[in-house]
Amino acid sequence: MSNAAIPTSAAAKEESASALSFYGIWLIAAAALVVLPLIFSSGGSLTSFSLIGIAIIFALSYNILLGQTGLLSFGHAVQYGLGGFLAVHAMNAVASHNWPIPLPVIPLVGGIGGMAFALLVGWVMTKRAGTVFAMISLGIGELVASSSLILRSVFGGESGITTDRTSLMPLFGWTFGPQIQVYYLIAFWVMISAIAMYALTRTPLGRICNAVRDNPERVEFIGYDPHVVRYLAYMFAGFFAGIAGGLTAINFEIANSAYLGATQSGLVLFSAFIGGTAYFFGPILGAILVTYLQLGLTNVTSVWQLYFGIIFIAIVMFAPGGIAGILMKHRPLIRAGTLRFVIPSYLVAAIPTLALALGIILTIETVARFSGGDAINLFGIPFAATAPTTWVTAAVLLVGGFLVARITWRRIAEAWDRAATVARDRGYLA
Amino acid sequence: MTAAIQVNAVEKSFGNVQIIRDLNLSVAKGERHAIIGPNGAGKSTTFNLISGHIKPTSGEIRLNGEVTSGLRPFEINRRGLSRSFQVTNVFARMTVWENVRCAVLWATGHRYAFWKNVDTLPEVKQRTAQILDEIHLSHRRDVPAGLLTYAEQRELEIGITIAGGASVIMLDEPTAGMSHAETERAVALIRRLTEGRTLVIVEHDMSVVFGLADRISVLVYGHIIASGTPEEIRGNPKVKEAYLGEEVD
Repeated sequence: MSNAAIPTSAAAKEESASALSFYGIWLIAAAALVVLPLIFSSGGSLTSFSLIGIAIIFALSYNILLGQTGLLSFGHAVQYGLGGFLAVHAMNAVASHNWPIPLPVIPLVGGIGGMAFALLVGWVMTKRAGTVFAMISLGIGELVASSSLILRSVFGGESGITTDRTSLMPLFGWTFGPQIQVYYLIAFWVMISAIAMYALTRTPLGRICNAVRDNPERVEFIGYDPHVVRYLAYMFAGFFAGIAGGLTAINFEIANSAYLGATQSGLVLFSAFIGGTAYFFGPILGAILVTYLQLGLTNVTSVWQLYFGIIFIAIVMFAPGGIAGILMKHRPLIRAGTLRFVIPSYLVAAIPTLALALGIILTIETVARFSGGDAINLFGIPFAATAPTTWVTAAVLLVGGFLVARITWRRIAEAWDRAATVARDRGYLA
Repeated sequence: MTAAIQVNAVEKSFGNVQIIRDLNLSVAKGERHAIIGPNGAGKSTTFNLISGHIKPTSGEIRLNGEVTSGLRPFEINRRGLSRSFQVTNVFARMTVWENVRCAVLWATGHRYAFWKNVDTLPEVKQRTAQILDEIHLSHRRDVPAGLLTYAEQRELEIGITIAGGASVIMLDEPTAGMSHAETERAVALIRRLTEGRTLVIVEHDMSVVFGLADRISVLVYGHIIASGTPEEIRGNPKVKEAYLGEEVD
């Protein structure tokens, strides 16, 4: 009897400890959202944080489809954009009728818009998963994006529809004119949406979504209709995408056809995938990184999309689990205490890999700026695109970096094998 | 008494090829019924027809008296029939615990609920733990199903099948590819888990069939040529000629 009691109390202790660390993470996240603008208070960083927050909601909503339910959508921006348009129309209506509705409620209108559209087209779309769903989502995306240019009364044509977020009733003295107030509005919705989407993964529906992702055929034999499961997932994804769209409309005080297009759909796919779709927090990392790169790279280089493409291909080929996948791979090693086996090999590999990356960058920029571009500035070192010395440097970095890096990568693999073997022996790795 | 499964004059053709011809089968409630037959006889097709995986070209199938031919698999499952697969068919990226729990959710009435925390549903938790205990996989509960050994995956397959509490259980070659010791273990498991339920089993291993079944049906070229107790089947000259040969004496 006493033998049975000990593991139970240990399990209870473990459970309460994990509950503590679980709530701790959310509290830290909330605190970080509150404190961030106090540390980085410039207008530029406030704008960046606002956009990152929106991107987080959008990427998480996308992962309800891709990571949770196994639906690859090429048209997720449709719900996002329609949410944005509905939010703009709602704001204008509220302002013109002087309805007592404050701005923080508006994203909910966007969410309902995204969900309503999903409700409308979703049943047909989610009949099949896989290629069929992907193709239909692409088609719907194009359809809506091109319609938005034709139906001028609703979408405002090429110029879009503008609004004034300060024209709504103030809330506790906040007019939401200053960017800091908009930031906090977005941060509030980031927290709410992230918690809601996380909670969704822990419900019966959320788990059946995973089952549909893994094996839709078998789901039919445990009482569930995978079509209904996909449809519900699609509506939830549409709802949260609509919230993100509503926040974008508030942030920019405009909604236009670009919100709905394939570029936007591609970007969210890209964020979720780079971050890693297998873990809930993956798309958050992806959204932060992609938005940050997008904002940062556009100032530095005209071919920033090329870098996005390279990063995407590299992730797909070498780390299909994304950043979250790479991080979580180390968890059993940390637990087994064998992380120190691999760290030195990482540090050694970092040098030639960095050289290789610089070689790639220098090559791309040389090609991009060869005819009439300005000088290349690579971390403070100037290069001229027309100078043969630049070409030689690029070639040496590229080829030399690759050859040396390949050796160090092999070292990493060996160190990994050793660390994993020990971790397996200690029972931390299946 | 109405039969648990009643198959009346079912035909199934794929294009011009007729796989099932005039299939008639009756499985009484609480019976352990084995379907045997040579390779390509249509045993798996019969399973697929009864479980709704494919629809009959003509004829009628009843589950506990209710017509189920034409219904979707999940509709048939909700009426109390659950099946396993010849090829292991689990949720590979989910843990053993989650695999079984998913199979418990509909039966415990939680359906598509998105307002309940799945981790705190007491009856779900209890039933999942009980099933895991019964299939001897409690110690592997947090392992992704895709990483289990073959025999463990077969056990999980059975666990998922019985988890919903269906009254009719259909197992498609549950011991295929198992060693002798594993087979014995699996048969004991099946015997225990299907206690008080109706069992339909497709099996190649004759010792399993004759040890487990109350009644046996012999399927040859999509048609049942004989149905009866193990003794009757053993003594049936038509069966001997068509299928068993010297294997059973």
